[in-house]
Amino acid sequence: MQAGHATREQVMAWLDEVADPEIPVISVVDLGIVRDVAFDGDECVVTITPTYSGCPAMQVIAESVTAELNKHGIAKVRLATRLAPAWTTDWMSDAGKAALKRYGIAPPAQQAIDISGLSRRLAPEPDVACPHCGSMHTALVSQFGSTACKALYKCLDCREPFDYFKSH
Amino acid sequence: MNEKFEYLLRQGDNALILAQQLCQWTGKGPALEEDMALSNIALDLLGQTRMWLTYAAEVEGRGRDEDKLAFLRDAGACRNCLLVEQPNGSYADTLMRQFYFDVWHYFLIEGLSNSRDERIAEIAAKSLKEVTYHLRRSSDLVVRLGDGTEESHARMQAAANELWRFTGEMFIYDAVDEAMVKQGVAPASQVLRAAFLQHVAEIFDEATLTVPPLETYMQRGGKQGRHSERLGYILAEMQFLQRAYPGVEW
Repeated sequence: MQAGHATREQVMAWLDEVADPEIPVISVVDLGIVRDVAFDGDECVVTITPTYSGCPAMQVIAESVTAELNKHGIAKVRLATRLAPAWTTDWMSDAGKAALKRYGIAPPAQQAIDISGLSRRLAPEPDVACPHCGSMHTALVSQFGSTACKALYKCLDCREPFDYFKSH
Repeated sequence: MNEKFEYLLRQGDNALILAQQLCQWTGKGPALEEDMALSNIALDLLGQTRMWLTYAAEVEGRGRDEDKLAFLRDAGACRNCLLVEQPNGSYADTLMRQFYFDVWHYFLIEGLSNSRDERIAEIAAKSLKEVTYHLRRSSDLVVRLGDGTEESHARMQAAANELWRFTGEMFIYDAVDEAMVKQGVAPASQVLRAAFLQHVAEIFDEATLTVPPLETYMQRGGKQGRHSERLGYILAEMQFLQRAYPGVEW
């Protein structure tokens, strides 16, 4: 297939097959980091917005995107980075959030993190549902979990610990 | 002198040196949660470093890139403030260093997100959410340990006093800072200092800690490249591979 003939929708559908390397149940499209797909001649330019500044998965994602599009006959792929507007978990798809929950990670429970207030006590604590038993009776264990994007919670009913994908 | 290049180096070097120091806690944190938190904060700061130094290299326009700036400059060319090169010490020392840094960093990044330089505003807006997490966390721990046991209180107060003299440098503006303020790139010193002092006072009050005397001698020089001996050791470890095997890649 001629790369120039692939539509934006086709490319997005292919990108929907590219899994996040840290959370393989969700695709880069569901994650909301693919901002744009465009063709510059026969070169496909995929514009990505980074999640966290230091997220080590971004490099792998760039390689996976290129490999996936190569597989579909697009020989030339270029990854562009767009910083603004900054990525937010509000851009995560509903399908992505549902997949996270099935995987045992509580999805973001509120809109993007409130950065207006610094008062420790006034910072709103989200109501996070346990992805295992559904209880709202949960408690924060640590602001940071196994990766920068997750916090560590525990369920006070079923007693299971779980990761919470922070609102960001 | 290229003022914007200098200013960007300062932002990048602050984040870089602090990230390097925090990494030394990886695997040695006092609790698993703290170990992960410090490693993750280091990662955020390293990501921010890359954005600052990449832009710095572009502004300089002499063919250097983020890696060359990070790994091939010696201490005299580093522009980080003295606070971030202070030793990790005990956990109280590391935490207090982080708290002072986070308070200042938060208000600076907030100001820079309104910068007239579009790229700086973008980098700052990207960093602001991360920096907000950092500050909420360190503020929380300062209260828990300051208003904790007799031992934790004493250690936190000692760390607060010891590190205080390194908190003035950020607000002492030189020609580089002033040029950035004049161009609408950076926020004014007085605004940042007032916000810094207010937040520190609020948290210390809750933590039953005493704010050290405001009018005291403040150490300075880091921003201009005059560092403590310690920075040399930090760089020796960080830059070893590139110095020993120039141009090596993964």
